[in-house]
Amino acid sequence: MDPLEVARWQFGITTVYHFLMVPLTIGLGIVLATMQTAWHRTGKEQYLRMTKFWGKIFMINFIMGVATGLVQEFQFGMAWSEYSRFVGDVFGAPLAMEALIAFFLESVFIGVWVFGWGRVRPRVHLTVLWLAVIGSVVSAYFILAANSFMQHPVGVEFVDGRAQMVDFWAVMTNPTLLVHFPHTIFGALAVAGSMLLGIAWYHLWKRRKEGIDTVDDNGYVVVGSNGSKGRDEIDYKGWRSSFRWGGWVAIVAFLGTAFTGHAQAQMMIEQQPLKMAAAEAACHDGTGFSVLSVAGRDGEGATTCDDVVGVFEIPGLLSFLAHNDFSTPVEGVNSLIPEYEEQFGTHLPDDPRYGERAGSEIEYLPIMEVTYWGFRAMITFGGIAALAAGIGLWIGRKGTVPHDKTLMNMAWLSILAPFAANSAGWVFTEMGRQPFTVAPNLDLAGVDQVWQFTAAAVSPGVSGEEIIFSLVALTLIYALLLVVEIVLLVRYIRGGHPAGMPELLADEDDDDDHDKPSSDVLSFAY
Amino acid sequence: MWFILIAVLWIGYLVLDGFDLGVGMLMTGWAKNESQRRVLLNSIGPVWDGNEVWLVTAAGATFAAFPHWYASMFAGLYIPLTLALVALILRAVSIEYRGKAQSQMTRNLWTWAMAGGSFVAAFAIGAMLALTTTGLPLDEFGDRVGGPFAWLNGWAILGGLAVVGISLAQGWAFLSLKTLGAPREAGNRQLRRYLPIYLLPAALWAVLVVLRYPKVMSWAMLAVAVLGLVLAWACSARRMEGLTFTGMVIFIVFGVGAIFVSLYPNVLPSTLDEAYNLTVTSSSSSEYTLSIMAVVTAIFLPLVLAYSAWSYWMFRQRLGEHHIPESAVVTPV
Ligand code: HDD
Ligand code: HEM
Ligand code: HEM
Repeated sequence: MDPLEVARWQFGITTVYHFLMVPLTIGLGIVLATMQTAWHRTGKEQYLRMTKFWGKIFMINFIMGVATGLVQEFQFGMAWSEYSRFVGDVFGAPLAMEALIAFFLESVFIGVWVFGWGRVRPRVHLTVLWLAVIGSVVSAYFILAANSFMQHPVGVEFVDGRAQMVDFWAVMTNPTLLVHFPHTIFGALAVAGSMLLGIAWYHLWKRRKEGIDTVDDNGYVVVGSNGSKGRDEIDYKGWRSSFRWGGWVAIVAFLGTAFTGHAQAQMMIEQQPLKMAAAEAACHDGTGFSVLSVAGRDGEGATTCDDVVGVFEIPGLLSFLAHNDFSTPVEGVNSLIPEYEEQFGTHLPDDPRYGERAGSEIEYLPIMEVTYWGFRAMITFGGIAALAAGIGLWIGRKGTVPHDKTLMNMAWLSILAPFAANSAGWVFTEMGRQPFTVAPNLDLAGVDQVWQFTAAAVSPGVSGEEIIFSLVALTLIYALLLVVEIVLLVRYIRGGHPAGMPELLADEDDDDDHDKPSSDVLSFAY
Repeated sequence: MWFILIAVLWIGYLVLDGFDLGVGMLMTGWAKNESQRRVLLNSIGPVWDGNEVWLVTAAGATFAAFPHWYASMFAGLYIPLTLALVALILRAVSIEYRGKAQSQMTRNLWTWAMAGGSFVAAFAIGAMLALTTTGLPLDEFGDRVGGPFAWLNGWAILGGLAVVGISLAQGWAFLSLKTLGAPREAGNRQLRRYLPIYLLPAALWAVLVVLRYPKVMSWAMLAVAVLGLVLAWACSARRMEGLTFTGMVIFIVFGVGAIFVSLYPNVLPSTLDEAYNLTVTSSSSSEYTLSIMAVVTAIFLPLVLAYSAWSYWMFRQRLGEHHIPESAVVTPV
């Protein structure tokens, strides 16, 4: 069993999984802190209910992000020890700083926030939430700095066979990082936006269905109440706000990803031309953006370039994406591969530490189906989410949503689209980087030797069996916990605002005696 | 200098996460009913995540300052590290999700996940720490030879027991300091009777390592550690809970500190050939990286300590069963 394959599967599975939680933490965190600020400023109760409800959803997800992030922190040493040795001098620093600067901030203050309701002063309580949210955004910056270094190493020199950092500032202002970071943050906001919209849709729909809200002749909402605090007008106002916030956040986030994505594509042509060519299944130099190409497969199962058939191309668009004009051709796979072979060799060195892989031929072309479809899946799913948000805002412009169940289900489903877009984006970025873990930076003298093949990055001392053991253990527990998380999320979502504020369900009559718990009892406890 | 910092981070981890691992184990080991369990859980509720970040930071700082140590240690200890990670995942999730369980059965499952996860995590982390001090079969590249279980020996078990013992003692000390009523009494009673037994494996580990690489400094530190132990034990009999906890902290800081001092300049000895030992010089990053990290640490570590201390201060109130609200049941609206 070749440890390499297993290790790659493990890294891919655990990281994509971690990144299911991450964008929701970042995106929803920002939105949540804004909600609490709105409550703080206006004192309107709907904002308090929103904060409490979305706070519960946030925490259910946050904890999974923490649990899965732990695995990430150790994985580089476990299965990728050669990688860690090669780049540790540069790569470890952002990881350590992420922990020291961001994770402490995030987790200490989230703890204070969760348990602090009623125990710390409101202004302090709001501040700690913002500090935690800033922590999560800062953590994204540091980890993306590490990742950008793998895509485009800067600030280093090649010394004694290892990458050695010479300019920390350059690492932290890597041009690749400066576009990856906003792209990722917008991607995270897209997740939060769709989540808000879809869930608020469900609750507005439920109020319609139960006859609490009705519409007048012009289709405008007539807000009702069924007498319980959980279903009064404030409840309606909360959902309407979540609905509108969600729709706008989703749309703005998508536009943000599109602009930054465009910048990324242009940079990619310079930095990793083969990735772009593979993303386009562009074998020959050209200018067209392929909307659909069909790739054939040769006998060994590897994608070859000779039988890719362009089915539908938009002339000039690829050039526009890449160079902002419609005619400069973009280099295709067929002209790029020989350049790479010349520079980095055609075969892995015959070093016994590479195991069975020693001396084997290097495949420079990433798996083209993955890059090609990954790229398109990212854009398409992102587009679906934005479209859904736009349609949703339009349909809901009169204050509520239609009675229609199919529409409601579609709104629910659209929550998934940005998750899919994010995963697809990462799979594309990471697999498009193959066969390198650290892609060569061809522009800078001194840095041009800092690159590493994935095949050389895996731990030489670790057996395939060990990695299979951890892969199976982690996958099983991740699968189980995903089910648990979804069950809990669904339960709390269906619980609506009272799920975050159980006091809303307390009996109305004995309001006076029991509503205010005696000061001794905690207002929140596990 | 960086070696000291890493040692500080590991010790910080043992001091802080030690008690919440211990409290986790006591969820089944001691608590008899639901409200006691919830007192335990909520006593660590606001702070456990921050404590766990000490582990993340220890790993990250090792990566940044000693990449070869990071690589050899975690790749060499693949299996115990996997177990520790799975255990830590279960534990983290059960803290948050237990209170959200709707039926007694799922609540019990989470309780066991919490207790079992805490135990396995403490044991595996202890085994790994012990093995970095006594060595792994590493070849000249720093890669482990001898197969997936080459690390398994008496040291691993001793280290595992040591950290489990430290965690339990810390857990009791924390409970006696932070709770009212039954857990507080039980904590005082346990420490008065059994404190030396809980700490025996840790003391044994420290003494054996110091015997192996004897240094005056480490003997001196061991002596201070013993004083800490005596202090803790004496104070637990007099119900001076703050001092008991302080004594425990002194024991851990100086006991584990003595181990690291003895080890220096090795960070990860090779059991095959001394020439293959990873040392502070052979495994460290460049001067440049170390100095950048030093500046960042000098600024942010005091900050972290300050706001962590603030959060403990915010939640300084002792918890008793009467503080715990009824658990809310979520029903669809
Ligand atoms: C763009 C953002 C991003 C990316 C690419 C990653 N993470 Fe992450 N990570 C976060 C954003 C984040 C976060 C938003 O800060 C999390 C999610 C939930 C949370 O608690 O914090 C987090 C949690 C988290 C934790 C737990 C922190 C705690 O205990 O509070 C660790 C140890 C890591 N991550 C480590 C990693 C590593 C080593 C990654 C690289 C493979 C990685 N993360 C990718
Ligand atoms: C920012 C931090 C990240 C770093 C440092 C990082 C690093 C790595 C490393 C070392 C590998 C293994 C070598 C390889 O197979 O290429 C890898 C593979 C992979 N990563 Fe990332 N990654 C990061 C973030 C992510 C995220 C957030 C995702 C997705 C959500 C992701 C998706 C993948 C996938 C799918 C693979 C497998 C690629 C393959 O096997 O070909 N990565 N990455
Ligand atoms: C409309 C247009 C979009 C374009 C043109 C675009 C473009 C790109 C490009 C070129 C990359 C690869 C960067 C590299 O490997 O160097 C990328 C990565 C990525 N995309 Fe997009 N993208 C778009 C929309 C989205 C949306 C809607 C989402 C999520 C909701 C998303 C999430 C991601 C993620 C998570 C990555 C990997 C992280 C990174 O490299 O920054 N993208 N995108």
